Amino acid sequence: MPNSQEVESKGVAWEYEGFELVVGLEVHTELKTRSKLFCSCANEFGKTPNTNVCPICLGLPGTLPVLNKQVVELAIKIGLALNCNVRKSTFHRKNYFYPDLPKGYQISQYDLPINSDGYLDLPSGSRVGVVRAHIEEDTGKISHMGASGRMDKSAYSLIDYNRAGVPLTEIVSAPDIRSPEQAREYVQELRQTLVALGVSDGRMEEGSLRVDANVSVRPIGSDELRTRCEIKNLNSLRSLVRAIDYEGKRHVKLYQRGESPVQETRHWDEARQRTGSLRSKEEANDYRYFLEPDLMALAPSESLVEKIKGEIVDTPKKRREFLKDALRGEDMSDQIEKAIDFDLYPFVSYAIEQGVAPRLAVARTANELAALVFDAKHLTKERFVEVLRLEDSKEISPSQAKTLLLKVAEDDRSIEEIVISLDLKKADVSETEELVLRVKDDSPKEWERFLEGQDQLIGFFVGKVMKLSSGKADGALVKDILLQLRAESK
Amino acid sequence: MDQVDLLKMDASSLSDFIREGSASVVDVAKAVIAQIETKDPDIRAFLHFDAKALLEQAERIDQRITSKGPSGRLLGVPVALKDNMVTSNMPTTAASKILEGWMPPYDATVVKKIVDEGALVVGKTNLDEFAMGSSTENSAFQTTRNPHDLSRVPGGSSGGSAAAVAAGMSTLSLGSDTGGSIRQPAALCGVVGVKPTYGYVSRYGLIAFASSLDQIGPFARTVGDAALLLEVISGHDPMDATSIRGERPSLSDLSDKGVETLRIGVLSELLDNCSQEVRERVELAAQLLAERGAKVETVSAKAVTLGLSAYYVIAPAEASSNLSRYDGVRFGLRADRSSLSEMFLATRTDGFGDEVKRRIMLGTYALSSGYYDQFYSKALATRDLIRSEFERVYRDFDILLGPTSPTTAFRVGEKAQDPMAMYMNDVCTIPSNLAGHPAMSVPFGTDSSGLPIGVQLLGPMMSEPVLFQVAFEVERLASEVSEVKDA
Repeated sequence: MPNSQEVESKGVAWEYEGFELVVGLEVHTELKTRSKLFCSCANEFGKTPNTNVCPICLGLPGTLPVLNKQVVELAIKIGLALNCNVRKSTFHRKNYFYPDLPKGYQISQYDLPINSDGYLDLPSGSRVGVVRAHIEEDTGKISHMGASGRMDKSAYSLIDYNRAGVPLTEIVSAPDIRSPEQAREYVQELRQTLVALGVSDGRMEEGSLRVDANVSVRPIGSDELRTRCEIKNLNSLRSLVRAIDYEGKRHVKLYQRGESPVQETRHWDEARQRTGSLRSKEEANDYRYFLEPDLMALAPSESLVEKIKGEIVDTPKKRREFLKDALRGEDMSDQIEKAIDFDLYPFVSYAIEQGVAPRLAVARTANELAALVFDAKHLTKERFVEVLRLEDSKEISPSQAKTLLLKVAEDDRSIEEIVISLDLKKADVSETEELVLRVKDDSPKEWERFLEGQDQLIGFFVGKVMKLSSGKADGALVKDILLQLRAESK
Repeated sequence: MDQVDLLKMDASSLSDFIREGSASVVDVAKAVIAQIETKDPDIRAFLHFDAKALLEQAERIDQRITSKGPSGRLLGVPVALKDNMVTSNMPTTAASKILEGWMPPYDATVVKKIVDEGALVVGKTNLDEFAMGSSTENSAFQTTRNPHDLSRVPGGSSGGSAAAVAAGMSTLSLGSDTGGSIRQPAALCGVVGVKPTYGYVSRYGLIAFASSLDQIGPFARTVGDAALLLEVISGHDPMDATSIRGERPSLSDLSDKGVETLRIGVLSELLDNCSQEVRERVELAAQLLAERGAKVETVSAKAVTLGLSAYYVIAPAEASSNLSRYDGVRFGLRADRSSLSEMFLATRTDGFGDEVKRRIMLGTYALSSGYYDQFYSKALATRDLIRSEFERVYRDFDILLGPTSPTTAFRVGEKAQDPMAMYMNDVCTIPSNLAGHPAMSVPFGTDSSGLPIGVQLLGPMMSEPVLFQVAFEVERLASEVSEVKDA
């Protein structure tokens, strides 16, 4: 869910004491497939721990992996959307011991990933290189029970293997990112792309999208690549921005003191708003990568790649273009950025397709809908369009439309019933005339002055009528009637 | 019907016998139990054998015959399984303490296939721990003896399966062959053993040793029985991504095709590595095949001699990764310790035997950064070299002939303390695994002490029909030679 700050702050340059940032991001996304990567267990979230498992994803002796074809198709879709080369690839084993890793190795792609050498264009105009986007399997989830939440101090640990073997795509950017805001923009655009493609939920908070940042700094104007640190535990765009900023400044301060950062993995401490050392890469595992002998090389046919290319009908870029075209040059770019969000876009595109005025559809989506869509149990896109049509045809006023949207979101009755219950229908001409005449009789002195030509009293009478009608009267219509009565009296 | 006779029948005769109602499967089970109770206390081929459960299993098959009719190509035929094949109703240990008592929740594909054909699963046979060895002495639980001479080893690693068939405790058995683990014990025990083309038989449910080399295959007393069992267990399996697609050719109907016009090459490099008596038998086989019309020539393929060194890098490298899952977390042995790393360490220290640890260390070293290029890459390049050398040779020959094992069965303990001497046993068999090719061992007489000698037939990918065609002929020649000798 974007907020206005995220959109507005994009592209702000970062520099600190003569240094600039050099950032590359590794984004892991869980793929929305029916089954896991190498077995037929359902790819589902939130089941009772260790119930969505089988001998294969538990890594029991004798089991073998069989590659899920749907994973390959979704990975290719990502690669094509990120302008990558899709090519023949192989699987490798990454060997290390950890209790959440059932086989003692992770099946991943190493020197020959399925997608390589692409890029992502950001809305603010910059381009970030995509080095690779490869397929790998997720691990189980380990929970350390006890005070600290860290293994070394915990009383015991629990492991849930439901997530083991869930398909992931790891998307590795080039070190092209120069500011925390650009990092946010990249992740946001990538997330929108993945969701628009239908390959991922894109939920950072639930872990279906996970971001690690490789951060280093260098003197402005230099093109060297200095020692980098990898920051983990970035659970929101906010943490991403703050962690990169913090880490960049930490490096600069070290250089100023005549020291250098150590290449290591660091952990973003949300509570203390700082990064802390996790483990040194020099002490880290030698992963002993070698070709996975249980799987064949993966060589997607040209026809499959072409077929998938044809299936990419929706990307943030295409959404932006669709809305811009519909608005015929009217500048609503801030609202457009909000309306292309994956939760909102189905509403706005449907409304425009259904003939609602594009300006109205975009405005209501970016403002009112954005504020309530997550709580909107009963706000379907069809009901959204019904409300907008009432406003579009001036049957209800803009302020009534806003009130109605709120009510429709939480009330499962038909729109018609809600409109009646709220007494929202605008007063028609004869009703309005009746109201105007009542107001005239209530204020004879003011009426006299109005007839004498004091136009400032129009506002007085419109206000009285609106109050009397509880907002159902149309101000413009009231004014027309007032002027007509004055003309007739002459 | 004398019970002993049931176990002397070949597999297809036995199942026919049961089909026509001349014996029940319970009769067969009783014969098996009697034979095992007589023989196995000395041979010690079985790690798991449960007489009561076997009788119940036999009763269930008999009931199936009564209710659904006598179908199944292995109806009532006893088949023993090497204990690295996963079974849901029998413990599976890979002869390792780290898996002692483990009851798998599923069945290997080969187990399903033989059970579907009505086989009587006798039990689980001994092996070198995780199939690492050539004598079955590396089992964590017991040492199996050669039925022909109890002071000698049966070979390995599938020594239990070879000995069970050789001693008539099971009509058929299954083994796995990573560097010769079916063919070498077959030769040392005087039975037929087949390592099929890589991908011919599903590996799903075979506890992995070296995944790019492992292959399941049959042991039998006759070539015909081996063909029958291979026909039953082979075929594409969607659970194994390395399984070859498409139909498998029939093999058991090739017995009368003869060897006329076939081109058979005698691999000189393999002969150079074996004892005089073994060499003489291979040369005799070659001579007799030529007399039967085959075009027999000696051929040299130097690169195959490099197989041993490539194998002892590639197999341990894959094993070091395959055996990582034995960490005490989800199944098998767990040593109780206060921290995770201590638990990992103690579990694996207590659970694995010396040879397994040796190979994990070798393999880990070979894959480590800084050594990968020096060892692992070179071994892979050597493997390619062996493949292309074979490719060259198979332009001129249909089948190659050589010894299976450099020597006949050696004494228990003779090589146990000398890993290099033990590794040398596999020199003749390893090249086929590295190339992914099929090969088989067929008994061909004995040495002067009466110990069996096997000749090995090697062929290119998917050459099983030609391999069996020649094997049937070699089997006939062997019986004729024995008759001459007896007379």
